[in-house]
Amino acid sequence: MSDMLKSYRFREERESDWRKLDRILTRAENSGVKALSDEDMMALPHLYRQAVSSLSVARSISLDQNVITYLEGLCTRAYFYVYGARTSMGERMAQFIRIDWPEAVRGAVFSTILAALFLFGGAALAFFLCLQDMDWYWTIHGQTFGEIRTPDASVDELLSTIYTEPGDIGQDRLTAFAGFLFNNNAQIALFAFALGFAFGIPTAWLLVWNGVILGSMYAVFWDKGLGYEFTGWLMIHGATELFAIVLAGAGGFVIGGAVAFPGRKSRLASARDSGRKAATIAMGCVIMLIIAAVLESFGRQLINSDTIRYAIAGTTLVFWLLYFYLPRRRPGT
Amino acid sequence: MSAQATTPEMQVHIEAARRRRARMAEAQRLNKMVRVLVTPEGAQLHLKLATAAERAGAFAIDVAIQWAIVGGTLLGLSFAVSSMGFQNWNIAFAFWLVFYFFVRNFYYIFFEIGRKAATPGKRALGLRVASRDGGRLTANAVLARNFTREIEVGLPIQFLLMGGDQLSAWMALFGLLWSGVFLFFPVFNKDKLRVGDLIAGTWVIKAPKAQLMGDIAQVSADAPRNAMFAFTPAQADAYGIHELHVLEDVLRQSTADIKRQVAERIRTKIGWTVQTGETDLAFLEAYYAALRRSLEQRMLMGDRKTDKFDVRR
Repeated sequence: MSDMLKSYRFREERESDWRKLDRILTRAENSGVKALSDEDMMALPHLYRQAVSSLSVARSISLDQNVITYLEGLCTRAYFYVYGARTSMGERMAQFIRIDWPEAVRGAVFSTILAALFLFGGAALAFFLCLQDMDWYWTIHGQTFGEIRTPDASVDELLSTIYTEPGDIGQDRLTAFAGFLFNNNAQIALFAFALGFAFGIPTAWLLVWNGVILGSMYAVFWDKGLGYEFTGWLMIHGATELFAIVLAGAGGFVIGGAVAFPGRKSRLASARDSGRKAATIAMGCVIMLIIAAVLESFGRQLINSDTIRYAIAGTTLVFWLLYFYLPRRRPGT
Repeated sequence: MSAQATTPEMQVHIEAARRRRARMAEAQRLNKMVRVLVTPEGAQLHLKLATAAERAGAFAIDVAIQWAIVGGTLLGLSFAVSSMGFQNWNIAFAFWLVFYFFVRNFYYIFFEIGRKAATPGKRALGLRVASRDGGRLTANAVLARNFTREIEVGLPIQFLLMGGDQLSAWMALFGLLWSGVFLFFPVFNKDKLRVGDLIAGTWVIKAPKAQLMGDIAQVSADAPRNAMFAFTPAQADAYGIHELHVLEDVLRQSTADIKRQVAERIRTKIGWTVQTGETDLAFLEAYYAALRRSLEQRMLMGDRKTDKFDVRR
């Protein structure tokens, strides 16, 4: 009918294709790519391009609000679907473990050294202060009831916290404690990462403070001549856990550095590029802390030999160092 | 001209001009929230950014869901443990703590990495996360934007709960102000970015699913009606695009009473006499088609008549 509106005819000719695209998208969004038939997959790019061109034409010839709103929404959804990532969760995880994580860590060597200096610098500071005058311990920790590991404790009491007797009643309580510790440590790690945004200053403070707590505790054991035993007790999981905390801090410094000194990029672009890398490091820290918690709750309670403890600590440390820093061929090159 | 000299007729004009200005200011404000994305095909997509209020609403829904999950599992766990006589409750609690950490930090990540790039709260409000450069939303970006949530929301709450003696109260106040910068970050930048969005290179857009409704012009394609409603060119040209869109809304979603009033006003404006057997709905639909035809024809010649006050020609 020649008397019809142009925009009406335009719509009439294309409407069934729009609806078809809509149906395919809805199915794909709800149940994934696997729900699409081969026929749908073949039709999708064509339907998408048609919808996008319909939208540009509709904007210039049609005054039907509903059509334009509908097409706008349809094209946006289709765009994100067609150009979005369609890798499965498994593939993403494999990519993360094999490439993204070690690469991000390797790219942040300077920040990692800086974070390690803050953590262990804080530890060394507190260690030597406490060795000279044990009152520093109380200044740092305050008076806490129920804590056995204080300067006032005897050698036997301290030893009892390091080794577990067979049939110890406190064993499952320690497991609960490990869960609590993981929760706490992982939250601190994420905090250290996130606080990097404020130019890394709070991150540095957080690292130093955790180092101070560690160093003062170390001094208590060292003072009683238990340095060797305590190191084994701490490092069986500490090699992983402290490494994770250092890396979380490094993630924070990466962002802080990018925000403070963007170089040739704009501050926003610099923050964006480094933020994604740093987030990869932080995600890796969470994984490391889970491993540390497992080592802590099972390894430490079941293994009471210093030699084996040292062996495990050494092995994990070497493993992490090789995993992160061993030069490797990039896949695809 | 003094205020006393204004006639009622002039006051109507002044009121109309005031309303028009307000409408245009509103359109301009909404326009500020639109970002143009050029697809690889060269077509333009108009993305609407989510407002700070919408994002706060989505966040509130998500937090409620998180609390429900955490509270529900704790309740279920304590019930199970008590029925087993409190054996190994420590281990159960340890696992719950780890679970709690993951719900707290990975709830958002889990859903935003997924196909819809939105948490249930965002989905309820028609929002989704997108990469600012128009590329694909990577897992790294989702991780980055969610790991900072802890300082944006957690930190102010921690400072709020801090207190005690006077010194620490001052510290808490200072900390609250400092961390408040992170919390209210989205309100103070034009793209409504959270700190997390900033470092992840993402933003949150509004992409609701619209329904395609029938074309109103279709109804008036019936031949007998066309003969009944023969509008003159002047009559069909009395309004602009704004009024056409209002009329579309009226026809799609209003009561019979409103339709009657609108029909009444249009008839008065264009000087239309009611014919025998004419209903308000039929009149409005016919007039909609006529107005749209006239406006679309103008538009093809590159002339958009924005509203009835637009009288360039």
